[in-house]
Amino acid sequence: MKIAIIIKQVPDTETKIRTKGDGSGIETDGIKYVVSPYDEFAIEEALKTKEKNPGSEVTVISLGPTRVVEAIRTALAMGADKAIHIDDEGSAPDSYVTAKALAKVIADNAFELVFAGKQGIDQDNGQVPQAVAEFLGWPQVMILEKIEIAGNKAVAHRRVSGGSTEIYEVVLPAIFGCEKGLNTPRYASLPGIMKAKTKPVTTLKLGELKGDASPKLVMSNFRLPPEKAPGKMIQGEPEQIVRELFRLLREEAKVI
Amino acid sequence: MGNILIFAEHQDGRLKRSAFELASKAGDLAGKTGGTVEAVLVGSGVEGLAQELAPFGVKKVYVLESLQLQKYNTLGTVKVMSDLVGQVKPDILLGAASPVGRDFFPRLAARLNTGLASDSTDLTIDSDGKLKATHPVYSGKALVDVKIPNSLPQMALVRPNSFGTKSPQAGATAEVVKITADPGDLKSEMKELVKGATDKVDLTEAEIIVSGGRAMKASENFKILQDFAEVVGATVGASRAAVDSGYAPHDMQVGQTGKVVNPKLYFAVGISGAIQHLAGMRTSKVVVAINKDPEAPIFTKADYGIVGDLFQIIPLMTQEFKKGMGE
Repeated sequence: MKIAIIIKQVPDTETKIRTKGDGSGIETDGIKYVVSPYDEFAIEEALKTKEKNPGSEVTVISLGPTRVVEAIRTALAMGADKAIHIDDEGSAPDSYVTAKALAKVIADNAFELVFAGKQGIDQDNGQVPQAVAEFLGWPQVMILEKIEIAGNKAVAHRRVSGGSTEIYEVVLPAIFGCEKGLNTPRYASLPGIMKAKTKPVTTLKLGELKGDASPKLVMSNFRLPPEKAPGKMIQGEPEQIVRELFRLLREEAKVI
Repeated sequence: MGNILIFAEHQDGRLKRSAFELASKAGDLAGKTGGTVEAVLVGSGVEGLAQELAPFGVKKVYVLESLQLQKYNTLGTVKVMSDLVGQVKPDILLGAASPVGRDFFPRLAARLNTGLASDSTDLTIDSDGKLKATHPVYSGKALVDVKIPNSLPQMALVRPNSFGTKSPQAGATAEVVKITADPGDLKSEMKELVKGATDKVDLTEAEIIVSGGRAMKASENFKILQDFAEVVGATVGASRAAVDSGYAPHDMQVGQTGKVVNPKLYFAVGISGAIQHLAGMRTSKVVVAINKDPEAPIFTKADYGIVGDLFQIIPLMTQEFKKGMGE
């Protein structure tokens, strides 16, 4: 089976975000970049699927500036076989253009099964996997928490509101957006890290893949959220504190 | 013109709160675009819900009837919605940032070759007459304005509980247009819906949340939070530290790699306030923090802080709030 993983490189979750003075984006110096956490579940699921289907090949695809090759190497060190880096040529495209380019690469390489994280934890748009599926005409299952593949069919569990689960039967090719809890991503082994250095990474240019697609979104005025005014510390004996808390929530905040 | 269409979600034969919230907000926006508010219901046998939207300012409700869409399906919903948009050509199309909205709105936007503002916490009409959405990025550590300048409809998903609902206009009625919809080739089929163990509102839609952190010490101890949650009608959440320690399952996790929540009242119990947790609950209207450590960073984000032992405070709260809620 030809399996692809779509990953995104994002600032680490511990990053303290600072915005640029002109609101055009965030300050990027000093940021430590990682593979977006949900994408790690996608990598692991692709590798598990390969192990169950001997002769399969796993290709990792990532779009972004040159630095995303580091994220690609992480996936290769975990066990992916090869990679495609789509150089965004400094254009930082929106979900629409990104999905157009990814769909082209997936169609050109005749992948049959694609795993992605359910969303990148930087812009939190959660749109790319669905749009890729649309441009390919494939079914999608997002918020994937369990999957079993047999032949050209998959049974996929999707987590929805209130802890309920929808169970779908899907005919491949299809794309899956992975959720935390799907699996436990493996760590890269030392030999894995060494091998990753020599695995092939093909670089393609966004301009040659996106066709005539143009961005649909304009983002501006990046800013920090307003700071909360300092709160009230409630003091006294535990019984008093609890009674006072109830009074404040009912009479001052009016939320209960 | 400048009509606004809202996708009104329903579950178990009832409209979700988000439908009324969207209708209320769409009414404000329509006041500025000069258009009217219309709604769409997708499913089978849901026509009866249409008039419930009228008191919230909806003038016309399209009911897309399809037996195949009695159970949710991505491709089927995209097909019938894209057909409707082609017919009625709204300027703005709004939905809730729920598991359903997040699933098919991005795909519908791709099919319609337009843009979508995800997970918005505010919507306004800008000076050029275009929709402007506020979208939290980096899990709420920053905000950005999103506009869709060159294509229609301008689409946005709205985080539940962002606006609240207007007081209903008694006696209002809406025109109902019933359409037999063709969902096309579904390509996937929902075989089964396994209901969660709880009938509680999902964290992402809950109005009150009680979350426990590492200081809960064991999964059994979450019982005291459940008891308190029962009294105030809350849903129970957890911090990543609690989830990683095995005290709570991952679908209870609030934070950057868990759920982003937006309640009117959030209790942070034994949670220190790591940056990735704060990111997930930052937009809560009122935050109560209970922690043994007076230096815990969570207190800087709290409206009301209590320094104390949660194993003493929480059972007392259950008692006192039970008395108070009865009054």
